[in-house]
Amino acid sequence: MPAESGAISRDEVAHLARLARLAVTDEELDVFAGQLDVILGSVARVGEVAADDIPPTSHAVPLENVFRPDVRRPGLSQEQALSGAPAAEDGRFRVPRILGEEQ
Amino acid sequence: MSVITLSAAELAGRIQSGEVSAVEAAQAHLDRIAEVDGSVHAFLHVGAEAALASAALVDEQVKAGSAPASPLAGVPLALKDVFATIDMPTTCGSKILEGWRPPYDATVTARLRAAGITILGKTNMDEFAMGSSTEHSAYGPTHNPWDLSRIPGGSGGGSAAALAAFEAPLAIGTDTGGSIRQPAAVTGTVGVKPTYGGVSRYGLVACASSLDQGGPCARTVLDAALLHEVIGGYDPLDSTSIDAPVPSVVEAARLGAQGDLSGLRVGVVRELGGEGYQPGVRASFDAALQRLEKLGAEIVEVSCPHFEYGMAAYYLILPSEVSSNLARFDAMRYGLRVAEGASAEEVMAATREAGFGPEVKRRIILGTYALSSGYYDAYYGQAQKVRTLISRDFAAAFAKADVLVSPTAPTTAFPIGEKVDDPLAMYLNDLATIPTNLAGVAGMSVPSGLAEEDGLPVGLQIMAPALGEAVMYRVGAAFEASRLADEGALTAPEVAR
Repeated sequence: MPAESGAISRDEVAHLARLARLAVTDEELDVFAGQLDVILGSVARVGEVAADDIPPTSHAVPLENVFRPDVRRPGLSQEQALSGAPAAEDGRFRVPRILGEEQ
Repeated sequence: MSVITLSAAELAGRIQSGEVSAVEAAQAHLDRIAEVDGSVHAFLHVGAEAALASAALVDEQVKAGSAPASPLAGVPLALKDVFATIDMPTTCGSKILEGWRPPYDATVTARLRAAGITILGKTNMDEFAMGSSTEHSAYGPTHNPWDLSRIPGGSGGGSAAALAAFEAPLAIGTDTGGSIRQPAAVTGTVGVKPTYGGVSRYGLVACASSLDQGGPCARTVLDAALLHEVIGGYDPLDSTSIDAPVPSVVEAARLGAQGDLSGLRVGVVRELGGEGYQPGVRASFDAALQRLEKLGAEIVEVSCPHFEYGMAAYYLILPSEVSSNLARFDAMRYGLRVAEGASAEEVMAATREAGFGPEVKRRIILGTYALSSGYYDAYYGQAQKVRTLISRDFAAAFAKADVLVSPTAPTTAFPIGEKVDDPLAMYLNDLATIPTNLAGVAGMSVPSGLAEEDGLPVGLQIMAPALGEAVMYRVGAAFEASRLADEGALTAPEVAR
């Protein structure tokens, strides 16, 4: 299937990977840029459909907000919630520093 | 006949009569797994001890003469490794969740346990259910029992291969764009994608939330129906779960097996089945239509003109939802963490780089692009409109036909390695199955025979309106009974050890 070449550049892929918090390698960028260009060239076909006056569907089954009665019910214990954590301390998730400076 | 080749319905009957114990049934399947899974690699984890303990409870109930927990009590099952299990790892075929043990059971897992079904273990899959071959599993591919050099389909290739290799008579899969039906087709087994919302997604690790649907896999239509009734139905823990009774699919399968489809209209979708379909697949489909006609169904042609844009819409909607859903893998609350000592952002980026495989990364990047401002309207927004048009195509087609049919997949099982580096070629496997996910309607794949040119299984896809599973199972069971009477069961050759 011929793709519209140049739908997406290597630099754009690098930018998107940064946004998505993926520290991709240069080799991956080379491969992904070409592959994503081909894929985008193909999926861009949705633009051929005349659909200006067509409402979008985000969900096949129309749903209103779904509520449950506002009553307390058991949830995970603190221990259970932390059971899969890469690091925990004092009953909390231990996370890396989020500011630029060492504390 | 040995215990492992029985259908789930037959095995359940023997367990209830005391002829076979549930422990014997579990052990026979565990032995089979030990014997062949080194070659097939359907399982990522086998929980032998828990399986035998669960089976022993069923045997106690049988001895005590108490009513079975369900019609499938004591029957072994293989569970796709995307459902949370408190007593077994849940990896979704990804390194980022290697060894992760969820703190709770998925609703499907809980219903299987409550039904007395013996969970043997967790099956292999493409990472986070993204793929059509299981080659995107971080733990290596599953091999098709029909030919170990070929793919078993995907993403639920492990579940389908476990059935075809007689490692389990029942399995659970999930179907976002064909991940239950396409593996069923290429392994000669039965797979059902229920109506969206028909089976709870609680505890099912999300791929694309508006498309994901768990469902039953088996070697016979009746077995799939029995399992469907165990796992299906409203779940207050899933806000998209449909608050309506489960369709009476067991009754429908039994009715269908009597072989009379008179009065039913079967619609052939003109846009599914022409170019791009292997000749042996087309021939098997044509023969299937003749068989359905012989059973009394009226064959009508229907047109669904927007189906040809289904794949394009799907590969915009799905990656968009993926890019959002998989943001939760941030190395903070569960799963892998690398680059300890760096900043939170660096830890996240390094962990996701190390923990995700190439297909997952591609889809995250694609979805991030489709949702970017400036591209949103042209890509994601337009895909959602096409989704509306595909639903309208279905509505028009179901006004003319009770069920729709097509080949399930365009080809039989292809060699491992053939498409793994060509994402677009891989995506084409789901051409015929994607529209049902976009519209939320029901679909199933039933074996329709072997392709002439390669002797590999072909599947017939049957689609029905939302909550129209009963008529779908009826048609599937009638077709199956008729084909079995003429051609016998599709049984994979004995697996080389």
